[in-house]
Amino acid sequence: MGILDIFLLEALLNGILLGGVLALLSLGLNLIFGVIDVVWICYAELIMLGMYGMYFLYTVYGAPIVLAGLVCLVGVGILGVILHLLVIAPLLGAAPINQLLATGGVLFFLQSAATIMFGIEFRNLGLRLPILKLSGMFISYSRLLAFATALVGMVLVYLFLTRTYTGAAIRAIAQDRQIMVLMGVDSRRIYVITSALGGALAGLAACLLVLQYDVHPFVGLSFGPIIFLICVLGGLGNFVGGFVAAFVFAEIIALGGLYLDLEWGYVFAFAFFIVMMFIRPQGLMAKRS
Amino acid sequence: MLELKSVRAGYGGFQALFDVSLEVRRGEAVGVIGPNGAGKTTLMRVISGLIRPSAGSIMLEGIDLVATPAHRIVERGIAHVPENRRLFPRMSVEDNLKMGGFVPAARSKFPERLRVVYELFPRLRERRHQLAGTMSGGEQQMCAIGRALMSDPELLLLDEPSAGLAPVIVQHLFELVKQIRAGGLTVLIVEQNVQQVLRVVDRAYVLKAGSLRASGSARELLGSDTIREAYLGV
Amino acid sequence: MTRAWPWLIGAALVVLPFVYRSPYPLHIMVIILIWSFAYTSWSVMGRFGLVSLGHGGFMGVGAYVTALLWNHGGVSPWLGIPLALLASGLLAVLVAYPCFRFRITGHYFALVTLALSGIVLQVITATRDFTGGSLGYTPERYQGGSSLFALQFSDKTTWYLIALAVWAGGLYVWHLVDRSMMRYALEAISEDEDAAAAAGVHVTAEKLKITVVSAMMTALAGALYGQYQMFISPDTVSGISISLQMVFAVVVGGVYVSLGPTVGAVITILLAEVLRISFGTRAVGWDNLVYGILLVLFIIFLPQGILGSLLDLGRRRAPALPRAAGSG
Repeated sequence: MGILDIFLLEALLNGILLGGVLALLSLGLNLIFGVIDVVWICYAELIMLGMYGMYFLYTVYGAPIVLAGLVCLVGVGILGVILHLLVIAPLLGAAPINQLLATGGVLFFLQSAATIMFGIEFRNLGLRLPILKLSGMFISYSRLLAFATALVGMVLVYLFLTRTYTGAAIRAIAQDRQIMVLMGVDSRRIYVITSALGGALAGLAACLLVLQYDVHPFVGLSFGPIIFLICVLGGLGNFVGGFVAAFVFAEIIALGGLYLDLEWGYVFAFAFFIVMMFIRPQGLMAKRS
Repeated sequence: MLELKSVRAGYGGFQALFDVSLEVRRGEAVGVIGPNGAGKTTLMRVISGLIRPSAGSIMLEGIDLVATPAHRIVERGIAHVPENRRLFPRMSVEDNLKMGGFVPAARSKFPERLRVVYELFPRLRERRHQLAGTMSGGEQQMCAIGRALMSDPELLLLDEPSAGLAPVIVQHLFELVKQIRAGGLTVLIVEQNVQQVLRVVDRAYVLKAGSLRASGSARELLGSDTIREAYLGV
Repeated sequence: MTRAWPWLIGAALVVLPFVYRSPYPLHIMVIILIWSFAYTSWSVMGRFGLVSLGHGGFMGVGAYVTALLWNHGGVSPWLGIPLALLASGLLAVLVAYPCFRFRITGHYFALVTLALSGIVLQVITATRDFTGGSLGYTPERYQGGSSLFALQFSDKTTWYLIALAVWAGGLYVWHLVDRSMMRYALEAISEDEDAAAAAGVHVTAEKLKITVVSAMMTALAGALYGQYQMFISPDTVSGISISLQMVFAVVVGGVYVSLGPTVGAVITILLAEVLRISFGTRAVGWDNLVYGILLVLFIIFLPQGILGSLLDLGRRRAPALPRAAGSG
């Protein structure tokens, strides 16, 4: 056992911790896709706005962090609903690529709006959370907290989906959209609720990410592509697939970043994705096409 | 109870129903029979709101169904068991039943309705946690009917319940339909399997190429040539 | 009489820089021509429903490979550019082949290409020792500044003519594709892949061909842009913003018409310039803001684009972008 092993172990552990947040994000995207059958390309930008929200609430206005987090969660949830009502709903009958492009327009819009309103400087929450030392490994407390919160979030979503009527409707509509009418379900209402949920998950992720990373208008470009790759590899709409893929990708990023710059981690992840597409084109755990 | 007057309906440019008028009285069991492509499923869909009629009126005890938003028709007391069952394949039997009882009025009655359905279909209780998509055709049909019953409807629409099922199971199924009727439920069945359905219903209509060709009591139709004409054109 | 128009306009365009010598408008024209060529390159595959959100990546590869080979290896762009095209072609095959072979289409494909452009950006940033990362990269000036060997010219007129030629070449390629068997094959594929395959169309091969052509053309645009501006940075030539900008311009201009992308380029670039002149540095971000809103509005209300819709009014064709049957 040498120093190298400790670093490796540390990277592996960090990978798992990162995977938690990525899994949360892929859950949000998969929910939207599974229920409404659209992909929000601007999902990462919603997270970016959430991160700015946290920054302003906590650092600038001095709100207690938990309160800021809750406001953020609800706020981005509302943004999700607005996005759905203004952009997605008018395009529900259009070709899927049009829906995708429209959210691309929103991506542009949000990045630019952030640039104009907040400038391009990197902002930091300024929160110095302790670094824990676990048998020779350094694990940042914020990472642990993010992981734990993400897990709790996912469990809550799971309970919501399996124990409530609305949750059942969300699961059902992803499996057979047309007959929901016969159950007395108003599909449009379910879409709005799902959009709110997807937005809220993005808001939650924003709270967790802002603990560890700086925010700037283009921060979405850092993890947006990864989330999409995770969802595609796990199978769009496949919650379990996305969950697994999130951790796989997180490990690759963490290990890639071990010996090289962080960006190489992403490159390896993409290379892995390409390879996986050759080997298992239906995705890691294909259920839906 | 249910009254259709001169209903026209179709899909896009294709018209499937031409001036269909029929009625179903409370407590009755009425059948709609006819060959493939006659428009039977379209008829069901236009009643339950899956598609909207282009002309004509559909009244349920004085309530204008055409004016009612599609997803609120269930609240009025109509439950539709769609063609091919259309269960939610990756949800359990019990979750499917839960969806059947989604409307607020049914939620408060959930435990009781569940009991009724499980009494009627004991096989479903055995398999309550099984994924609906993994069951056999007959079991799925039972689940689909059970799901419709969860909303405690007054009118049950059954769309080709015998489709794809072995004769023995079909027979058992129609026995169950008789049982359901005995509970006071009004039933409208659309079927290709003439023999079986005419044994269960009081009256029937004959639908061919979107128009009603004949109607009468079950006994009359069983004896007459009308049906043979409709199906075989002789 | 109508047949003469393109030739007359073409002649006018060629003569323009000799008649109207002011450098700033010429500069704008060069920029418009290069980007029109880039957008046209995108639309060569975009018109068949192969919507790629990764063309920013190809542009980046074109620009950076050419510049890097020149700065680090003294390789003339005359060789560097073909190598860059080759690199982008290979990249296109690497990413597109598994997608097409395994029927990853539509929005799945768009997402994969989106990730591609993001990754190219990451690679450029990660290799900052070579590429300068997000700070950008400058091809070294060769001797006096004007050289055929280095493909660098200080004279705007020369660049204008080069850009004009390349732009015209792009339109020519577009028309070649439009008139080829490949077009019918690809249209059949975009309608119904299975039916096309059953009819004997080599679906994967056809899609790959058009993707490689499109990628290489886009790389050429990137390389020329680098040579002209003498400065490239990850977000001006690659990345998601560029990719979306391409889509936006083509959607606005019209994707099924050869001049549609050009119209889109004219609109977007003039808009950016107007904003820059009116607001100076405070205009940063406003152009993309407007693009974003316009893209959404266009997709919702005018999916055929301006040129496409105008032509449609004249010709009464069926709606271009297919509307999927049944709503959610």
